[in-house]
Amino acid sequence: MNFIKASILRYKLWSLALLVLLLAVVLPLTLDIFRLNLVGKYLTYAFVAVGLVMVWGYGGVLSLGQGVFFGLGGYAMAMFLKLEASDPITTKIQSTPGIPDFMDWNQITALPLMWLPFKSLALTLILVIAVPTLLAWIISYAMFKRRVGGVYFAIITQAVALIVTVLIIGQQGYTGGVNGMTDLKTLAGWDTRTDSAKYILYYICVALLVASILLCRWIQVSKLGTLLLAMRDKEDRVRFSGYDVSNFKVFTFCLAAALSGIGGALFSLQVGFMSPSFVGIVPSIEMVIFAAVGGRMSLVGAVYGTLLVNAGKTLFSESFPDLWLFLMAALFIGVTMAFPMGLAGLWESHIVPWWKGRRQALREAAAPAPAAPPAAARADDASLPDGVSSQRI
Amino acid sequence: MSNTDFALAVEDLTVSFDGFKAIDKLTLYIDRNELRVIIGPNGAGKTTLLDLICGKTKASGGSIKFKNTELTRMAEHKRVRLGIGRKFQTPSIYENLSVFQNLEVSYPAGRSVFGALAFQCTEAVKAKVQEVATDVRLADRLDTEAGLLSHGQKQWLEIGMLLMQEPELLMLDEPIAGMSARERELTAELPQRICTDRAVIVIEHDMEFVKQIAHKVTVMHQGKILAEGPMDKVQADERVIDVYLGH
Repeated sequence: MNFIKASILRYKLWSLALLVLLLAVVLPLTLDIFRLNLVGKYLTYAFVAVGLVMVWGYGGVLSLGQGVFFGLGGYAMAMFLKLEASDPITTKIQSTPGIPDFMDWNQITALPLMWLPFKSLALTLILVIAVPTLLAWIISYAMFKRRVGGVYFAIITQAVALIVTVLIIGQQGYTGGVNGMTDLKTLAGWDTRTDSAKYILYYICVALLVASILLCRWIQVSKLGTLLLAMRDKEDRVRFSGYDVSNFKVFTFCLAAALSGIGGALFSLQVGFMSPSFVGIVPSIEMVIFAAVGGRMSLVGAVYGTLLVNAGKTLFSESFPDLWLFLMAALFIGVTMAFPMGLAGLWESHIVPWWKGRRQALREAAAPAPAAPPAAARADDASLPDGVSSQRI
Repeated sequence: MSNTDFALAVEDLTVSFDGFKAIDKLTLYIDRNELRVIIGPNGAGKTTLLDLICGKTKASGGSIKFKNTELTRMAEHKRVRLGIGRKFQTPSIYENLSVFQNLEVSYPAGRSVFGALAFQCTEAVKAKVQEVATDVRLADRLDTEAGLLSHGQKQWLEIGMLLMQEPELLMLDEPIAGMSARERELTAELPQRICTDRAVIVIEHDMEFVKQIAHKVTVMHQGKILAEGPMDKVQADERVIDVYLGH
């Protein structure tokens, strides 16, 4: 118990505890399963947003192609589910039974080689993480070793997003094309469409998201986290302190990609399909907006940002479908201009000082003249972005 | 090139930017335990020389040997790991981190990705931070965010970050620029104190300061060495007076 308490204090996990309470208790008790499943879908995007906090907020590298990694993880999972849904008995009316329906429509008569690993669940689960990570490693190693950064890197990631989308749509026989992979039904014989399965998948999603946040938080408070902040500030100083800067960027980018891949796989499981519309440029930018709105320095903020923007999207696109995209753009511009640290930044700069002031006032009212903490130390704390403690304990 | 006893041996070093030779067949030797000051007019190539030694700029020709290891084709971080530390002209510190973190990050351990993940701020690290912070007069500011320090303190902090790495060759580019008179005085003691067991190269314009600290002075002009020797000899040199010191 003491260990847990100490860890919470050390890693500043109160906000995470609150989030867990919301996701694991409040929402399941108040929402019906249809809405909860929707929240679960949004939470899969939150994996990407959490990754963006690491790579963009901490690493200072903006990626506009995270949808690619989300998509690769999602497709890896969907390929396994699709194979399971395409057993010879269900597909006996096809000219080649036992292969996914879209292959049959595209005159493919045998399962392509690249599909073979997805017959095994264990292998699929590995590939869900390995494929996005590998691609991220290739891109980032090539770029960061050549010291490509900033806006050039963002443009390249955008190009990758476009290329991958075109590839998926173009290779219809292998990928399902623009429709993607539909009719995903069971996971190793377990029907994922029932209400109970949806509850279980939702909780798996929440648990993995919390685990991801904990992992990222642990990295943030390690020396690597400090180095990322240092690099964002003065890259040359880090390099001339004996660090190979590119390796740290590559690591962070791969981490974000791996998280996105997990999010994608959970998307396929919970939503029951995967399509190129979650891979391309637009979804990639949307995911950046989630992180920006929540606060790019706050892991927990990124989750709230994702939930809020998506709730807004669902709400507004039901009533004003044409206006939504404009509203989203306005939101992004507004957030980056008015409060660049997002909701988490607002929380830190307004709510927390107000709360501290109130507590102080209450304490002073209760006990006359207690020793006040040095004002300078508190000012330091408030001026730092969320998630950056002024001094490591 | 043959091996030498020098800490740093620069021979026939040349770098040209679009045909303009910023450094032109320059040869320079620095002894172990030596404190060398480089002076010269603006554009003489002083900062470029340091850039070449630490790897920020790639040489077009010639050789730079540090403890008889050829540096010219080596990556920057590897040169640092060999023992070369460099302070930049404008204080280059991590403004968003505390003074403690600035120094801690400069501690030469956990320099790989997974090394950094596993790095623990042990008592030894804390003691080293405390020791260096005392040396650069920041021991009472460890919790301060570095961006809030005065300009002079930032300069000291960067020197401190280099001292954390125990470099065998320390290069300081205008360490007292922008300091108050009092800060200058305090800084003048610093190179003398940190010069033990290492070679130090300082670029400086303030002649009073140079007189105070230098063992030997090198005067650069148009990418070449104009004069070299003890301060009084250099000051009396007619050519140096012409191009730099003035009559």
